[in-house]
Amino acid sequence: MSVETVRPSRFRLLSDNERLLGAMMLAPAVLFILALVGLPLLISIAFSLSDVTVGDTSLDYVGLENFRRVIRTPQFQRAVINTFIFTTAALLIILVLANILAVLFTQDFRGKWLARILVILPWATPTSLGTLGWLWLLDSKFSPIDYVLVQIGLLGPDTLLGPGLHLNYLGREYLAMGSVVLVHVWRLVPLSAVILLAGLTSIDQELIDQAQVDGASGLRTHLQIKLPLITPIMAIASLFAFILIFTDLVVVFVLTRGGPIYFTQVLSMWSYNKGIEGGALAEGAAIALFFAPVLLVAAILILRTVRRIEVT
Amino acid sequence: MKRVALYATIAAFSFFSAAPFLWMILTTFKTDRDLYRAQGNPFLYNEPATLENLEFLFLNTNYLGFIRNSLFIGTLVVIITLLLAIPAGYSLARLAGRWGERASIGMFLIYLVPPILLFIPLFRIVVALGLNNSLWSLVVVYPTITIPFSTWLLAGFFSSIPRDLEEAAMVDGYSRLSAFTRVVLPLSVSGIIAVIVFTFTLTLHEFIYALTFVTASAQRTISVGVPVELIRGDVFFWQSLMAAAVIVAIPVGIVYSLFLSRLVAGLTMGAVKG
Repeated sequence: MSVETVRPSRFRLLSDNERLLGAMMLAPAVLFILALVGLPLLISIAFSLSDVTVGDTSLDYVGLENFRRVIRTPQFQRAVINTFIFTTAALLIILVLANILAVLFTQDFRGKWLARILVILPWATPTSLGTLGWLWLLDSKFSPIDYVLVQIGLLGPDTLLGPGLHLNYLGREYLAMGSVVLVHVWRLVPLSAVILLAGLTSIDQELIDQAQVDGASGLRTHLQIKLPLITPIMAIASLFAFILIFTDLVVVFVLTRGGPIYFTQVLSMWSYNKGIEGGALAEGAAIALFFAPVLLVAAILILRTVRRIEVT
Repeated sequence: MKRVALYATIAAFSFFSAAPFLWMILTTFKTDRDLYRAQGNPFLYNEPATLENLEFLFLNTNYLGFIRNSLFIGTLVVIITLLLAIPAGYSLARLAGRWGERASIGMFLIYLVPPILLFIPLFRIVVALGLNNSLWSLVVVYPTITIPFSTWLLAGFFSSIPRDLEEAAMVDGYSRLSAFTRVVLPLSVSGIIAVIVFTFTLTLHEFIYALTFVTASAQRTISVGVPVELIRGDVFFWQSLMAAAVIVAIPVGIVYSLFLSRLVAGLTMGAVKG
């Protein structure tokens, strides 16, 4: 548009063009997303109501038959329970640890840069590779954790955890479940801590000084002043961690594949087993769709929390 | 006393986070006989350290191929993401009116849709496009993860630049578009670098799509190739596996810690200015 045009109409033209320009700049991204997120979502729903398999890709409508069949299997029931147990347990531990870690990093100490790199490593590493490290650390025969337990007299004949020399972490129901939670905690504490730290450092220092002048102890300023101020940010950190654990496939895929038997089976793994390895696309899609209502609630909660932050 | 507690807790956290990587490094240089000893201290080298496992990893496995594939996908996805997310981010920050706000909420909701919800229908789409078993399937699909995220990050970045600068340029005769490319973009270099870093690492991390769409060993990416292809049945080449993992982990970890604050700002939708 030229600068020479007559003034009033130029402004009209400018604002109209701006809106057009805005739409044109946004359109490619939006179309791309509609094609490769919106469309697949619809296909996913269509699949779940059909009898499609890898071998027979024609869609015949079967109503809710897939959902009914899926719900009846004990594997699925266990997967739902486990998904919630793993998510809740890991999330609670993550929140406690991330809070401690974030507070530590508001302090100054020597070697902070090194501690920062080390603490962030689990999050920076592709989860599949980090989990491989745990697979080897938790090995049934060569776990160094077993060795340490034997040396300090907790494992072995006539000891608390004995009599065997190995705990076989991934081969026993509760230990395998605990191992999955452990790896989630390990990989997500850094992410949550970093978000919380950003919240803590954005607090007005005057408020804290004031509290300390008034004689509040460190712990008390943390609990009564800082914690309420960062509650919305903590909510966001929890919801992100929640979604990441809830929908994760990698940890169970690498660590246990849902085993022993199906004691660590989760929804994502079961959907993959059925849909891709078993070739039952319809059932796989139906299983994955069980995530949708929970994710929708999480998304609404995040949006609300963010609004609250923007208002205050 | 307080200092001691501080250092002790930091040390404990650092150790917990780093333990698998320390174990990986220790394992990498062990001989088979040393690694699979029933007795003896596993934390020591009971036999001289060896470089054979690294040699095996680089010469006898597809590891270098996995790295090449991941670099190829990462580079292309970064380019696509920048091409689509930079204009979209600017549009959301400056040009789109009320419906732009709705569009950005939509963008954010899409950012929360996890791969596990889409991998089966996308698998069919990839097959229909004839892209299964090709790296191009991932080049096409990964921007669905990276664009919403990057658009958010950039929109926040662009709106933090004072409007006056563009308006002054436009008074001087620049069009809106050239004001954007010549004034706003040069000021946004650090935001764009952050987008490049995180787009790249997101593609490096992704697992479900890479596992489902690509099954030929030579076409695998690093995150799937190492756990799936380097484990042959029940035979685990633990030393090479651990080397493969730690070689990727450490550089990415260092880069991450450099760009941390930017990422946080993006993650929390600019609610927390990092």
